[in-house]
Amino acid sequence: MLTKRIIACLDVDDGRVVKGVQFVNLRDAGDPAELAKRHSDSGADEIVLLDISAAHQRRATLLDTVRRTAKQLFIPFTVGGGIRTLQEAASVFSAGADKISINSSALADPTLITQIAERFGSQAVVVAIDAKRHNGSWHAFTHGGRVSANRDAVEWALEAESRGAGEILLTSMDRDGTACGFDCDLTRAIADRLHIPVIASGGAGGAAHFFEIFREGHADAALAASIFHYGISSIGDLKQHLLAQNIPVRWPC
Amino acid sequence: MIAVVDYGAGNLVSVKKALDWLGQDCAVTSDPAEVRRARKIVLPGVGHFGSTASLAKSGLQAVISEAITRKVPFLGICVGMQWMFSGSEESPETRGLELFPGTCVRFPQTVKSPHVGWNQLEIAATSRLFRGLPPSPFVYFTHSYHAPLNGTTVASCEYGGKFSAAIERDLLFGVQFHPEKSGETGLKLLANFCAI
Repeated sequence: MLTKRIIACLDVDDGRVVKGVQFVNLRDAGDPAELAKRHSDSGADEIVLLDISAAHQRRATLLDTVRRTAKQLFIPFTVGGGIRTLQEAASVFSAGADKISINSSALADPTLITQIAERFGSQAVVVAIDAKRHNGSWHAFTHGGRVSANRDAVEWALEAESRGAGEILLTSMDRDGTACGFDCDLTRAIADRLHIPVIASGGAGGAAHFFEIFREGHADAALAASIFHYGISSIGDLKQHLLAQNIPVRWPC
Repeated sequence: MIAVVDYGAGNLVSVKKALDWLGQDCAVTSDPAEVRRARKIVLPGVGHFGSTASLAKSGLQAVISEAITRKVPFLGICVGMQWMFSGSEESPETRGLELFPGTCVRFPQTVKSPHVGWNQLEIAATSRLFRGLPPSPFVYFTHSYHAPLNGTTVASCEYGGKFSAAIERDLLFGVQFHPEKSGETGLKLLANFCAI
């Protein structure tokens, strides 16, 4: 049976992980390569690295980070943050990413989705949507949630799929950072309309939230960052909890 | 040297990276002469079955067919495995190598397509590719078309029905999933291929 994926996210600024990094026994708790390996060893199904610096002069640092991280990682590896062109996507793939994630640049130019999908395949294109509740529906936001795109999130997800996106990384801005659970209504609204997988993000605070987002939110995968350091002792514990409730997960790995 | 054949379809970095990790001498190449010299050939592939048409045009197909008759071990990954069959519904005008009978088909409407993520295999005990692995390992898939079950299937997988996740016959091997993305299981499988 196809399993539900547990995805560990690393937010990286200028080559350093900046959120939720309290692993013990690490030489360098802020090193993305070391953390990614650690997550992979402890049972993460996939790693997402989001470059939140995204300033132009830091591009070289990002590529170096991607290269170092990819070198010892043999599970799917997605990289996002500030990718604006096919050329930039190509350089991230060459550095070792399996998928790229685009958000603001896809909303600014939706043909970018198709361009990257035609060259690297749809499976390599993740469209990230930052959604915020507004009068009973959800709006898509860009630029790290600062700017409204004036687009309905569900309708944008459908367009992204039709343009060649392989997966949707859906972040609830209302839940992000709250640790009070994923947004099941938002995720279900999109997952039920699409044929491609939907990764739920934002709000993970405990194992029960993962159960809810798979059972009630119909998510194909769930992503979290700090929970894997604070809320739950390990991804293995989370997976065993889910298995006990008949959610199929990859365990033992 | 293991040749990782580059025919312009997607990203070959991760296959090379995994073989490097295993300490194998390998090269990503689109040069028919280099493929001819290889002691093993890996044909990766993501994306569209139609992209394999370039193999015939570039002369790589003839070189690969000839190497196979010389008993050079060959591993097709994802679309690379599908190419070993007669063809695929995805691109009916593109012919495969016809090393295995049958046509690759799309998943039924009853399941989401593409099939993306980690799924569990059922392995034949006789398989050389899966030697030393547990009987039901998890591996990573990403595809919309798949090969039918046949007598050479050594691993099957369930998604909208059972399909061929791995085939082997003599020195020909194909896997629908991505061993280079399937953690320790995938590395072990690649190591088994390298040791053949």
